[in-house]
Amino acid sequence: MLNQKKFIVSHAPFWHDGSTVTARSYNMIIAALPAVLFGFISYGMPAVGVVSLSVSSAIVWELLFNKISKRTISIGDGNAALIGILFGMLLPATSPWWLVITGTFVAVVIGKQIFGGIGGNPFNPVLIGLAILMVSWKDFFDFNEALVNYDLGFAMVYPLSALKHLGTSGIDAFNTADLLMGQQSGGIGATFGLGLIIGGIYLIIRGFIRWEISVSFLAGVVITALLFNLVNSAQWAGPVFHLLTGYTLIGAFFLATEDSSSPVNFIPMLIYGAGAGIMTVLIRNTGAHIDGVVFAILLMNLVNPLLDRIRPKALGKVV
Amino acid sequence: MIKRPFISLAKPRIEYESPDVTLPEPKKIPTSEKVTLLLNEAYEPFGKKNAVLLKKDDSVKTGQKLSLYDDSDAYVISSVTGTISSISPFLGEFGCSYIAIAIDVAEDEEMDEQFKALSVEPTMDIAKNYLSFIPGNPPASLFSNGSTSPSIDTIVICGVDSDLLITANQHALISDEKAIRKGVGILKQITGIENIIMAAPEHLMQNAGVCGAQVSVVDTEYPATLPRMIMQNVLGKIVPAEKSCEDMGVCFVSAEAVASIGTAFEEGHIPLFKKFNLIKKDGNSVMISARIGTPVHEIFSACDVTVNEKDRIILGGPMTGSSIYSEHHPIQPDTDAVMIQDGKNLALVSDYPCINCGECIRICPAKIPVNMLVRFLEAGQYEQAAEEYDLYSCVECGLCSFVCVSRMPIFHYIKLAKYELGRISTAEATNA
Repeated sequence: MLNQKKFIVSHAPFWHDGSTVTARSYNMIIAALPAVLFGFISYGMPAVGVVSLSVSSAIVWELLFNKISKRTISIGDGNAALIGILFGMLLPATSPWWLVITGTFVAVVIGKQIFGGIGGNPFNPVLIGLAILMVSWKDFFDFNEALVNYDLGFAMVYPLSALKHLGTSGIDAFNTADLLMGQQSGGIGATFGLGLIIGGIYLIIRGFIRWEISVSFLAGVVITALLFNLVNSAQWAGPVFHLLTGYTLIGAFFLATEDSSSPVNFIPMLIYGAGAGIMTVLIRNTGAHIDGVVFAILLMNLVNPLLDRIRPKALGKVV
Repeated sequence: MIKRPFISLAKPRIEYESPDVTLPEPKKIPTSEKVTLLLNEAYEPFGKKNAVLLKKDDSVKTGQKLSLYDDSDAYVISSVTGTISSISPFLGEFGCSYIAIAIDVAEDEEMDEQFKALSVEPTMDIAKNYLSFIPGNPPASLFSNGSTSPSIDTIVICGVDSDLLITANQHALISDEKAIRKGVGILKQITGIENIIMAAPEHLMQNAGVCGAQVSVVDTEYPATLPRMIMQNVLGKIVPAEKSCEDMGVCFVSAEAVASIGTAFEEGHIPLFKKFNLIKKDGNSVMISARIGTPVHEIFSACDVTVNEKDRIILGGPMTGSSIYSEHHPIQPDTDAVMIQDGKNLALVSDYPCINCGECIRICPAKIPVNMLVRFLEAGQYEQAAEEYDLYSCVECGLCSFVCVSRMPIFHYIKLAKYELGRISTAEATNA
C-alpha cells in the first residue's frame, strides 16, 4: 500500500472549454490592431512611440505593483498590455513621454491594482487614466493644438470641436466615407472607424465582448443624436457624424465592454449601453467637454452594480 | 474534451452521448481476487451500537446480505463468495462515512438462497431489505412505505444518463427491455403508485414505449437530464429552491435500477454485475460489466489502460463525477462510468479572481447570478450567498466551472457552501 501510485484528485467538472484570461486579452489586442496600425501609418514614428511606451509602461507598472504588494506576477495575463494599448490609442500622437507614463500609472495602479487587480476594478482603468489626464492637462488633449504640425491631406481639425464651436456649418467639410476611412484628426487608434468596426465584430463573433453593450451603446448614440438633430439641424449634428467621430466606436467596442465594470445580465447590459450612449451625446451637445464618451462610460460604470441587480428569477425561487 | 468553439456568439450546445447502435455486448471483467463493498454507515468500533454481526475471517456467499450492526438498516449485498479480510472505516466525499468490507474471493462460488425463497411474492419489505444495493442504486425513498414523509406519488425512471459520455442507462433501456417491463410492474405492485413516467431521449422512444410506463421525451442537451431540470421541463413542476424533488412527491430512479429489480424477482437472485462506461484517455468509451466491489485497477488492466502517476481517475462523468485517490477504489452500485484522464493534459483550476465576463451567467440553466455568488462564496459568506444570490437554486451541473475564463472552481465552492450550511443547520438542530 505504501508505494501506491499518486493521482490528481480534484472536484468536478473535469473538463474545461479551454478559455483563458490570456487568450481573451490577446484577442482584444489583435482586434485593436487594424486601428492602431492605421494610426501608425497616419502619424508615423511619434504614434509608434506613444503606443509602445504606453504598452510597456503599463506592463512595468503592473509588475512593480505586483512586487511591492507581494502578489503573484499577473502581467502574463495580457491585461496590462491591453490597458496600455487602449490607452495609447486614445492619446494624440504628440503626447509627451511623461504624460503617457503618468497616464498608465493612474490606469494600472489607481484604476485597477489598488482594487485588488483584474476583476476588482469598479471603473474602466483606461478611462480612469484618461479622465485624470484630461482634467489635469487639458491642453494636451486639444487635438487641434496637438496635431497642428501634421498635414495628412485632409482638414486637420478635430471634428467634434468644430461641431462644438461652429455648429453643423463647421462640419460640412467632413463626409461619411472619409470619416469611416479615418480621414479625420483624433487619437492614434480612435479615428479609423472601419478598423474599429471590424475589430469589434471580430470580438463579438468570438464572444470576447458582450454584443448587447456595444449595440445598445451605438443605439443610444444614434437615437439621442437623431432627436437633437430633428429639433435643430443647424446646431446639432446628425447621428452618423456622432457615430464616426471622437471616441464613439472605440468606446462602443473596446471601452464600454470592459468586463469588470460592466453588467452581465441582459436587461442591465442594454440599460448600461444605452445610458452611456445617451450620456455621450448629451455631454457632446450640451456639456462643457468636447467629447463625452470618457465621462459617459465612467458614469455608467458607477451605476453598474445597481443595474446588475435587475436579474432573472433563479430556478425555484418563489418570491 | 469539448473546446470553446471559434465562433461563440451564443452559449454552446453540449449534447449527451447516445449509445452505440450496434449495441456491443459489454466486456465482462473477470472476478478479481479481492472485492471491497462500501457500507453506507459510520464505523464505530467502540460506539454504543449493538452487536457486531460481522468479523474478520467470516465466510460469505454470493448474494448474501451483510449488515454490520444488529440494529441498523444499512446493508450491502456480497457480490462474491469468500472470507472477509478486513473491516475498516472509509471516508468519502464531503465527510460521508462508509465502512469498507474487504472480501478475499474463494475459488468456488456458492450462491446464497435467502432471497430466492422470498422473491416468489414481491413486497415492499423484501425490496427494502434486499434490493437497495443493486446495480443502478435505487434511492431509499423508492422503498419507503408511504408512511414516512414525504410521500412519493410519482416515480420517474431515467432512461437517460445524468452526465456526458455515459450511456449506461440508455444501454439498459435498449438491452434489458424485458427486465424493465417486469421491474415497472413490480414497482406498481409494491408501491401502489400508478404514476410511473419513463423519461427517455427521442431516439429511444421505441424502447421506452414497451416498458409499461408513461413515456416522456427528454432533450439531449446537457443538463436536461438532471432531476430538477426534468421536473421543470418534463413534469412542468418547479421545485422550490429549498426543497428536494422528493419533497414534491417525485422519486427519480435509474432505468438500470428498475431493470435490476425486474431481474431480481424474475430470476430469484440479486443482480451483482454493474454495467458502466470505461472512458479511456483518448476519450473512447467501452461498455463494461463488472461485479460490484471490483477495484478499478482490475478494469484498467483488463482493458489495457496504462495508469501513470498524476493521472486523474474519475467515478462518474466529466461534469459531475468524483475523482478518487486510489486505484483500489471499488465499483459501487451507482458507478455509471469510470473515466481516466492523462496527467499531461488535465484541466486544472486556478486561483485567479472572477473577471466578471458573464460566461457563467449565459450558460447557467438555473439563472443564478454566478458572478456575484462566487464572490460571496470565496469570502466564506455562505448564509448571505444562500439568501441573496440563490445558492440553493443550483442544479449542480458544473457548467459554470466548465466555461469559467478564470478557471475558478465555482462548482466546488457551491458544493462546499451547501455542505457547510448543512453542517451548521444540523448543529443548530442538535443543540436546540
